Amino acid sequence: MAQLEVDLHQRRKERPAIIRFLRQWDLQLMVIPAFILIVIFFYLPMYGTITAFQDYNIFKGISGSPWVGFKHFERFFNDPVFGRVMRNTLVISFLKLFICFPAPILLALMLNEVRSRYFKRIVQTISYLPHFLSWVIVSGLAMSILSTENGSLNMLLQSVNLIDEPVGWLNMPEHFWSILISANVWKEIGFGSIVYLAAIAGVDPSLYEAASMDGASRFKQMFVVTLPTIMPVIIIFFILAVGNLLTAGFEDILLIGSDPVLRPVADVLETYVYRMGIESQRFSYATAVGLFKAVVSVSLLTIANLLARRSGNSLW
Amino acid sequence: MNIRLSYGDRFFTGFIYTFLVLLSVTCLYPFWNAVVVSFNEGMDTALGGVTVWPRAFTLENYEIVFQDSRILHAFLVSVLRTIVGTASAILCTAIFAFGMTRSELVGRKFYMVACIITMYFSGGLIPTFLLIRSLHLFDSFWVFIIPSLISVWNMIVFRTFFLGLPAGLDESARIDGCGYWGTFFRIVLPLSGPVIATLALFTAISHWNDWFMPSIYINNENLIPIQTKLQQILNSNIMTEQMQQLDSAAQARLSAMKTITGKSLSMATMMVATLPIICVYPFVQRYFVKGVLVGAVKG
Repeated sequence: MAQLEVDLHQRRKERPAIIRFLRQWDLQLMVIPAFILIVIFFYLPMYGTITAFQDYNIFKGISGSPWVGFKHFERFFNDPVFGRVMRNTLVISFLKLFICFPAPILLALMLNEVRSRYFKRIVQTISYLPHFLSWVIVSGLAMSILSTENGSLNMLLQSVNLIDEPVGWLNMPEHFWSILISANVWKEIGFGSIVYLAAIAGVDPSLYEAASMDGASRFKQMFVVTLPTIMPVIIIFFILAVGNLLTAGFEDILLIGSDPVLRPVADVLETYVYRMGIESQRFSYATAVGLFKAVVSVSLLTIANLLARRSGNSLW
Repeated sequence: MNIRLSYGDRFFTGFIYTFLVLLSVTCLYPFWNAVVVSFNEGMDTALGGVTVWPRAFTLENYEIVFQDSRILHAFLVSVLRTIVGTASAILCTAIFAFGMTRSELVGRKFYMVACIITMYFSGGLIPTFLLIRSLHLFDSFWVFIIPSLISVWNMIVFRTFFLGLPAGLDESARIDGCGYWGTFFRIVLPLSGPVIATLALFTAISHWNDWFMPSIYINNENLIPIQTKLQQILNSNIMTEQMQQLDSAAQARLSAMKTITGKSLSMATMMVATLPIICVYPFVQRYFVKGVLVGAVKG
């Protein structure tokens, strides 16, 4: 029976692909509709990026619009806004990389030290929750907590006499970055720790025993046992984060930094694309800015991966 | 073996517990405060000092919200979109994934590579916007459903799960005369409860929380989901502007009830927009964790 099946299988393989394709029409029917959707919603927009080299006209479409080469790119690089947008993008990204990225690792390390299952579970339940709130809700909460009209932060600071008058935190450019980063840490610290907790669960307990025999304190064990064993996971997520360096964030910045007063500090590549493309309808220009970002991102990811490969942990 | 903790270790443990308690309080407080404000009289809140417990308890804020037909309508749009969007996306993606598990599928490698490429490159916001526009999906309910019907990521998770099912199962289904579709619906789908639950949950949450897509693709007031509506309300800081977002019946009631302020009203709307998530959250927490790990193993 088994031998027969192998024979049949081989003979089927020898038939031309087109015959096999037609014979398995019911199987192809499972895949082709989905594949068509992928072509439409993923590949057509990729093709659509060529509008970056055109003066796109809604009525003429991609095929009828005139070609202009690198005009939009040049215009963007020479625009005074370019420096500002790049600075904000990089500053916010680096702040996220150095604060929002390690925060869940730190939380996971701490949760690992908790012996009471009950306590651990409560902390986890509470800290995962913000991840499931939309950015609209989170920005609404931030507005409420930071507002000048009896926002909790102003009330707290006034009660300990640190400030005399309520401060309008949300409309002050100098506070925007710290508010944005705090909101991000608040939203993602708990949920981000799940992956690291799972990695920590895989650490061999005998390593801890050996370390404590050698006289390492609990604090020291964290650095000599836990951290090195979860390093590969950390490195992989770090590579991904570096690849996203030009993705400073979109929804959070759009919502928390919606006040035009904040533009000098809140304008990043993605929100700039949104403002130019959707609000001002400068489609080609905005596509060019987006394409510039995509190209740099792919290069960054490749470089980060090359560096990581040297340490033996690469994505591909 | 019960080793007594040294002083250093005790200090370390104490520090960690203190820190975690503070963190939990910080995570919970903003949300809890919003709940309290939504149940407190607006004018009373404006006097300051409302923190962890309502001082002048009232349901007026919710009365206004629930009597506003536009907010209720937006809520219904969200519910409909979440149910239809999740069910159709999970079904279509699962069918696709099942097809992709068959080694005899002609062109399987080509399909797979084409899928993986989309995980690294994308056309970006503006070309997608122009595409949706030219497909006449503007101001249509289907813009919520069709573009997110197939998720490559979920397809790969499904596929990995299907490949882990015992191979004898579909062999015996074949012998009993089941075709591909029969095998999928009668054998594979009933066995995929856990993975369906996990992926459906994440899909549903992303549908519910999506406010951005409607904000650029939908102008028709009747198709705006609750999160987008909430964003519009929060964005209009001034009370009068906020009142314009309400319908006339609610406005009349609002001016009759003088205790309501913009803040108390926004907080109540916010709670209504979060309610479904808060309701399911305690029950499905284990799926959250599972979902993240499914992704992590693959990644």
